[in-house]
Amino acid sequence: MRSMLKAPIAALATTVAMAGGAFAAGHSLSGDLKIFSDMSNPAPRAVMEGMVERFGEMHPDLNIELTVIEREAYKTQIRNFLSANPPDVANWYAANRMKPYVEAGLFEDISDMWTGEIGENLASTKGAMTIDGKQWGVPYTYYQWGVYYRKDLYEQYGLSEPATWEEEKANCQTLLDNGVKCYTIGTKFLWTAGGWFDYLNMRTNGYDFHSALLGGEIPWTDDRVKQTFANWRELIDMGAYIDNHQTYSWQEALPFMANGEAAAYLMGNFAVAPLRQAGLDDSKLDFYQFPVINPAVELAEDAPTDTFHIPSGASNKEAAKAFLEFVVSAENQTLINNGSNLGQLPVNAKSGVDDDKFLKEGFAMLSGNSPGGVAQFFDRDAPAEMAAVGMEGLQEFMVLPDNLDDILQRLEAARQRIY
Amino acid sequence: MSNAAIPVTEYSTPQRGWYKRNEIAITPWLFLAPGVFFFLVYVIFPIFQSFNLSLYRWDGLGQAEFIGMANYQELVSDRAFEVSLWNNLKWLILYLLAIPAGLFIALFLNQTVTGIRLYKSLFFFPFVISQIVVGLVFTWFYDPTFGLLNVMLGWVGLGPINVLGDPSIVTYGIIAAGLWPQTAYCMILYLTGLNAVDPEQIEAARLDGARGWRMLWYVIVPQLKPATFIAFVVTIIGALRSFDLISIMTNGGPFGTSRVLSFYMFEKALSEYGFRMGYGAAIAVVLFLIMLIFIAYFLWSMFQEERGR
Repeated sequence: MRSMLKAPIAALATTVAMAGGAFAAGHSLSGDLKIFSDMSNPAPRAVMEGMVERFGEMHPDLNIELTVIEREAYKTQIRNFLSANPPDVANWYAANRMKPYVEAGLFEDISDMWTGEIGENLASTKGAMTIDGKQWGVPYTYYQWGVYYRKDLYEQYGLSEPATWEEEKANCQTLLDNGVKCYTIGTKFLWTAGGWFDYLNMRTNGYDFHSALLGGEIPWTDDRVKQTFANWRELIDMGAYIDNHQTYSWQEALPFMANGEAAAYLMGNFAVAPLRQAGLDDSKLDFYQFPVINPAVELAEDAPTDTFHIPSGASNKEAAKAFLEFVVSAENQTLINNGSNLGQLPVNAKSGVDDDKFLKEGFAMLSGNSPGGVAQFFDRDAPAEMAAVGMEGLQEFMVLPDNLDDILQRLEAARQRIY
Repeated sequence: MSNAAIPVTEYSTPQRGWYKRNEIAITPWLFLAPGVFFFLVYVIFPIFQSFNLSLYRWDGLGQAEFIGMANYQELVSDRAFEVSLWNNLKWLILYLLAIPAGLFIALFLNQTVTGIRLYKSLFFFPFVISQIVVGLVFTWFYDPTFGLLNVMLGWVGLGPINVLGDPSIVTYGIIAAGLWPQTAYCMILYLTGLNAVDPEQIEAARLDGARGWRMLWYVIVPQLKPATFIAFVVTIIGALRSFDLISIMTNGGPFGTSRVLSFYMFEKALSEYGFRMGYGAAIAVVLFLIMLIFIAYFLWSMFQEERGR
């Protein structure tokens, strides 16, 4: 009886406290806070554990229970635990990737958190967290995509960072003439091809077209889509990509760049750490923004965002919200995204970016030179089913470009069925 | 009859309980009950559940929507499904090569030489290691840039091939990897079978002038029939459940050309981009029906065997 009374009173008290605006710091939370996380790789895991520890110190009465689940396994388990045994806080991804859970009513609407200061500070990622005009979670990190290249090889052959498609192709031809492949890529798990398509399509047709295409509003057989593939084909026909890329994972494609057999890699910033480990220091490794193809469209970038959500079945939403606020706070964002932790970009505009060449360039690019918009990624912007069919088609195109018409027909049939 | 044989009057007719009176009839069922119960709950019931689920559109989260045979209609026009079906057929046929290969290795090893036990263990070794390891070993073997296969092909002047990246040969490449452990399995079955071959019959056949192939085909192989039957069963089942090798070696690729039904079902229903539960169930039903043909055959031939005794 006592415990039954206690909860409503506690809830009432917190509501009052919130209304009084005294929520942020001195407020004490109690009860259990159950967190399920997919941050299972060593560095992210340490970050997650560190956040829990610091949040626990701020709220000594709160009993925090952290469960870290292997990142790939998490993707299938989330379906089960969200409906059967929901935690108070769960990791996931932004944009279309969270849509099934939003539509099934499994994520809590936290639009109220996004009003005021937090909303202003997180403005850059607000769009990615919005479905039906409401916000369903908060981001905790994101990272840029772009071309990572061997600076020393470029210098050796007298090349400079390309700004246009013509320069890009000219660079590539020079490299090929010297027996170096322009790009390494491993498409065994398909998604890397999605990155290439994202960039080529956004540079050819612009961000709005790209997001409409992945949103199912434009047929895949559209001439503008074909133009994207025609541009792509120029590179494929030159032999720009390493051979047999369909047999390699993205990690297995790294040695080609480290050995100097390929000069560049279109990848997310997470490729920097393994490349550095492979012996490429900042004098050998550099970064440039994907060049302009069609000058009429504004530059847009891929910057996948990882997120935290509150399941609608959570039992301690008060503490969960406080945790989310803690995660996105400027101070915490600066800390967890620095080079010795996640090594990615903070989502809070008031945070500092770590003193790292690639993070700085990426931050400048995303905040200053991406007027078209910021996309999540092929498999996060398109619905899961379309993404699977689509990326398979992209891989087939990269290996057998002559099959393009057949591939586009297939994607179009899938589009008509899925949306 | 039995009542007449044992006069009832000799008993002191105590009031025996119902269970005591029916003990002989009931006890076997009591012993069977746990097994039957779990078999019903975990095997029979899910089969009907899958049949039922294949008539729905369901993402595993929201409400399931009844769509009749629509999933099956889609299967008919689904090219990826067609490719998987053909690949399953390739697996079924080529995997059977493990049986003759196993037999010949068994015949080869069935002799008394110093250290034969060691050789036998070495030949059996691929069956002991995990399928995942087999897959990794063959992935490296086939690797187009540093794989041993291309080095070996280079010795005889053949150009480099990318087995796992070429849609026309990828399935054969994976089957070859699968044959390695499966041959070892068949070999061990035949080795035990060879122990039971009657030496007197061989003696008699030899006196009649049989040797070589005729001896093998007319005297040895007929006596190995039980071993052949088991080898056939495990090989067929092995071919139909070929999942781990595909998953580890190609992940179904390149562009879905090495998928089989079980892998396609997993992709559609349970993988990262899947969750079409109804469609996955429909694929599972097709796979089940194919298996049912073999299961019916196995049961029938076992039944014949029992009756023949």
